[in-house]
Amino acid sequence: MDLFEYQGKQFLAGMGVPVPAGAVADTPDQAVAAAGSVGYPVAVKAQVRVGGRGKAGGIRLVRDGAEARAAAEAILGLDIRGHLVRRLWLEAAADVAEEYYASFTVDRAERRYLGMLSARGGVDIEEVAASEPEAIARLPISPNGGLSEADARSWAEAAGLASDVHDQAAAMLVTLFGALTGGDADLVEVNPLIVTADRRLVALDAKVSLDDSARFRHPEWEEWGTAEWHDERERRARERGLNYVGLTGTVGVIGNGAGLVLSTLDVVSQAGGTPANFLDVGGGASADVIAAALEVVDGDEKVRAVLVNIFGGITRCDEVARGILDAMGRVDLRSPIVVRLDGTNAEEGRVLLADHQSDRLVSQPTMLDAAQAAVALAAGG
Amino acid sequence: MSIFVDASTRVVVQGLTGSQGRFHGLRNRAYGTQVVAGVTPGKGGQDVDGIPVFDAVADAVAQTAADTSVIFVPARMAAAAVLEAAEAGIRLVVCITEGIPVHDELRLVDRLASQFRGTRLVGPNCPGVISPGRCNVGITPGEIALAGGPVGVVSRSGTLTYQALQELTRQGLGQTTCVGIGGDPVPGTRFVDCLRAFEDDPETEAVILIGEIGGDDEERAARFIAGEMSKPVVAYVAGMTAPPGRRMGHAGAIISGSSGSASAKVEALRGAGATVVANPTELGSAMAAVLGRAQG
Repeated sequence: MDLFEYQGKQFLAGMGVPVPAGAVADTPDQAVAAAGSVGYPVAVKAQVRVGGRGKAGGIRLVRDGAEARAAAEAILGLDIRGHLVRRLWLEAAADVAEEYYASFTVDRAERRYLGMLSARGGVDIEEVAASEPEAIARLPISPNGGLSEADARSWAEAAGLASDVHDQAAAMLVTLFGALTGGDADLVEVNPLIVTADRRLVALDAKVSLDDSARFRHPEWEEWGTAEWHDERERRARERGLNYVGLTGTVGVIGNGAGLVLSTLDVVSQAGGTPANFLDVGGGASADVIAAALEVVDGDEKVRAVLVNIFGGITRCDEVARGILDAMGRVDLRSPIVVRLDGTNAEEGRVLLADHQSDRLVSQPTMLDAAQAAVALAAGG
Repeated sequence: MSIFVDASTRVVVQGLTGSQGRFHGLRNRAYGTQVVAGVTPGKGGQDVDGIPVFDAVADAVAQTAADTSVIFVPARMAAAAVLEAAEAGIRLVVCITEGIPVHDELRLVDRLASQFRGTRLVGPNCPGVISPGRCNVGITPGEIALAGGPVGVVSRSGTLTYQALQELTRQGLGQTTCVGIGGDPVPGTRFVDCLRAFEDDPETEAVILIGEIGGDDEERAARFIAGEMSKPVVAYVAGMTAPPGRRMGHAGAIISGSSGSASAKVEALRGAGATVVANPTELGSAMAAVLGRAQG
């Protein structure tokens, strides 16, 4: 789960990382009040989970209430690279002397942690990595070893941080690494990590991604729960406990198993169509789950046809067939459904569907046939 | 021959008294696998349909000479369960459990590599290992597999593995062993471990590799195929149309920045000389062509 900047800052502050004082606002009125409580000058920052908001006009510095209102009116509702701004974070403007970059991630390829530290902060780190790779000091960290303050201090030196902040930086780097491992984050990135005019290190931005698998031991994450969905379709799917990712096409896709669903998206594209979503009903899905999945996918206004692609292992195809018939009987589905059943109890499933074949429900023998049929229906509708 | 498991494999099911453990443990036994014990702390002395249950893996090993474990315990206990099996001297641990926190998994894999070199972990979040006709450890539906070889299968995806087994079986091509390495970011066993084992297995003549977006395991496999493998590889990679930055079902299936895309993996595998198919339903016919065998 990717956190918004303000949530990331709450997360880091809770771990002991200095962040600027601030408040959130969802309306211009709230923004004026928030700015007043923080104290001018104030930075008004769009809360979107995408980079490049500064260039897109998503950050403004304001000096009084009138400017705060104008900035809030301009930024709320802005579309930043496909992300609508619904919330603002207003924080005390910082007096910046230096801009650094610091991040910790799970390096899955090398099976350890990777820290990246640079004195060239405040810009896109992928650009720095491409143009000046030597400007980034990389530190591999053993999963069962950890990061000592002494190692962190040498690292800060190697990265070329100003010598008067080395001790401060060492302590903060250890804290940030602790936020990653102890906080069950899989990414903690601070860019820029600033040195203020009075030589204090402060996290001026925060990009934090939490490991959804660790949710069971973090009841405090509940307050950030809304960060889980990207749009209304995903919210509806999450409510029903479905593993759904929204895409932009017209062919709704439902399948069992992440790999099979990924593959189904590809086959829909090969057949000349565009997938509307990824939806994995998982192993052993009941008729109820299939019916809920159909309702969520059909609820997407762009969807013109739904492709149900099942290879039964634990999942029984007769259960899937019952779920489809149940959903069709219970709600008025807009989209025609194309079904491919294979594996456990596939024959029983096909027999159940055989009596109900129509222009609303079509069975196909293979994944490719089914994808082609669904794409044709989506184009025709 | 086969890799990792064979007819002499003796299996202990960690979590045998739970619904998943019971269902699949009995299913594995019905397939012909020697399921010799179960472990559930606090339930030692009970049995599940005649399979004795012990409190600890060490007890099960001492009493039944189990050498392989399959894990069906909940995610919050799974990493500890794997370590317990390793400490008890289990040779192969197959972890079916999905949803283990990534830091737990990373520390676990690191500890196995440094302290328990004799234990292989397959998974987590995987369908298991099947050597058709000999042994099935995990949740793969055994009836879609065909005994007798000559194809080895290794995959990050469960259902795509089933698809591949069915396509091979339809072509009359049997399988030596099918290994599901799982969809997590830090799997215990990676493609290269399996490719090396298949390369060394005299019964295996060719290998099917099924990858997906995320990480660089396919690229590493490609380097191994190019440099150290004599047997042909037929590959498929899922996720050509997946958007970057979104986790697609599996915890490990995510394109991060410019790394982990399906097209880069396909290119690497092609460059290494593997036959890469565009659709998983072509895996069987492509393998038949590679082996020069007509549909049987």
